[in-house]
Amino acid sequence: MSVRATILGAGVAGLTVASEIVARGGRVEIIDRAGPPGPHGCSWWAGGMLAPWCEAESAEEPVLRLGQEAIGWWERHAGGVTRAGTLVLALSRDGGELERFARRTSGHERLDAPGIAALEPDLSGRFRRALFYPGEGHLAPRAALDALRARLEAAGVEIRRGTAPDPATTLIDCRGLAARDALPDLRGVKGEMLVLRCPDVSLSRPVRLLHPRIPLYIVPRGDGVYMLGATSIESAERGRITARSMLELLSAAYALHPAFGEAEILEIGVDARPAFPDNLPRLRRRGDTLFVNGLYRHGFLLSPAMARMAADHLFHTETRPEMMDEDLPQR
Amino acid sequence: MRTFYGETLESRLMLGTAQYPSPAIMAEAFRASGAGVATVSLRREAGGPGGLAGQDFWALVEGMGTRILPNTAGCHTVKEAVTTAHMAREMFGTPWVKLEVIGHTDTLQPDVFALVEAAEILTAEGFRVFPYTTEDLVVAERLLAAGCEVLMPWGAPIGSGLGLSNLPGLRALRAQFPEVPMVIDAGIGLPSHAAQAMEMGYDAVLLNTAVAKAGDPAAMARAMALAVEAGRAAFAADPMEPRDMAAPSTPLIGRAFLA
Repeated sequence: MSVRATILGAGVAGLTVASEIVARGGRVEIIDRAGPPGPHGCSWWAGGMLAPWCEAESAEEPVLRLGQEAIGWWERHAGGVTRAGTLVLALSRDGGELERFARRTSGHERLDAPGIAALEPDLSGRFRRALFYPGEGHLAPRAALDALRARLEAAGVEIRRGTAPDPATTLIDCRGLAARDALPDLRGVKGEMLVLRCPDVSLSRPVRLLHPRIPLYIVPRGDGVYMLGATSIESAERGRITARSMLELLSAAYALHPAFGEAEILEIGVDARPAFPDNLPRLRRRGDTLFVNGLYRHGFLLSPAMARMAADHLFHTETRPEMMDEDLPQR
Repeated sequence: MRTFYGETLESRLMLGTAQYPSPAIMAEAFRASGAGVATVSLRREAGGPGGLAGQDFWALVEGMGTRILPNTAGCHTVKEAVTTAHMAREMFGTPWVKLEVIGHTDTLQPDVFALVEAAEILTAEGFRVFPYTTEDLVVAERLLAAGCEVLMPWGAPIGSGLGLSNLPGLRALRAQFPEVPMVIDAGIGLPSHAAQAMEMGYDAVLLNTAVAKAGDPAAMARAMALAVEAGRAAFAADPMEPRDMAAPSTPLIGRAFLA
């Protein structure tokens, strides 16, 4: 069958769904009230960790399973994925946190001090134990969004600024938190992050520093640039970092390596992640509109699986994918 | 019977609402435990002007139907705590407030001096104050003089999961103020800790991390509820006094057993 869809929202959800539909021979148009991806959207500020095994520490089972589609999908559709695994560390007084993390996750190896030094020489001598997740990867979210956009444009898909869809098409609503006007169970979970330049430290892979109250991750962006994230606060507030959050993020980075104390702060990012009450994403069908939303802190990790399911549903309307939570409509 | 500002609670377990993997799992934990009170923090969630940025989450908490005890977690001064209490009263329509004034950012020890001061102000304004304090007897006396009718001594530092780290101190506090309802707040890591607090005659237990950070929060919440119930039943049953030697239940005839 032929599929014609209008996608509302040019964030990670909208662009992955568009790419998946186009790859299967469908036709799409993308509309975003702010135009192409940029600082107005929450995916712009994402960490870009493709880390289903680590996320399983606190997320439910579908995140681990569906997240494993992410690395391959991004390699096929955007490129730019680094497969170098994830390193998980804790300061010596938080050693219990490392044990708990190890118990609740799979897909890891235990490293001792020489093992850590072999992977990340700049952390040599600073930590005695770590967990290494070799199957994980990371990407630079802005580059990945740009790559999707470029490939879509090459296939003749424009991102149009506006809000009015063509009524003759199926509407796929990927507006993130803005769709709260239609999805009352969607809420915002505030995240704050920093981008630092710190040429004195060289890291090759995402590093997570566990802490009972202030867990931190650092994702290398190349050329001595690092993304430092992220807070998680039950608040829909966007666009305002608090001094306390910045203090906590920077203190944690400083504890990981004191050279971060001399880093240059390049950017401060704040946005609210769209989340449903179970923090799992949903496909939700209402009439001719299909909502793809609730990616929470797993935008780049879970959007490939959600895009696949959305496309499965559009191309074969009898299929009801696992993450779909409302009954199919009369057509 | 001791009540909490005239209210009797269905369950003597009070649960916090922070740090769960998701609001859905939090709601499961509350259902599984039948907790009588849900504490909620506002300070960090409220956001900028207006202070309503956290309301979606607060609505989920209110939707659970559990009695709400707003707290002033994250406040370090009297002024912050009083402002947060005002916001809480407006938001949740309750005069109840768990008053927490933190002295140290790393140890999270309560600043008992600021606590007494804030308790005086809030009580005068009609709040029903649940002060998070230490087991110190003099501080307890000052809090009662400030108008508090409930005390919430810690078991151990917040989030430590160490259990009741000063048993003689907590026994002395319980004995010193037999008429005052008291809740052990913070430091509970295991159901055995919660049961122990109840066996000592404390009226309720408040905990958060031990449930929220468990691998299965709902199962742990249920375990805590059972422990609280068991501990309370044991206290009500007037437990035996321990002794240093065996007490044979049949007399030892023909032996110089007292030798």
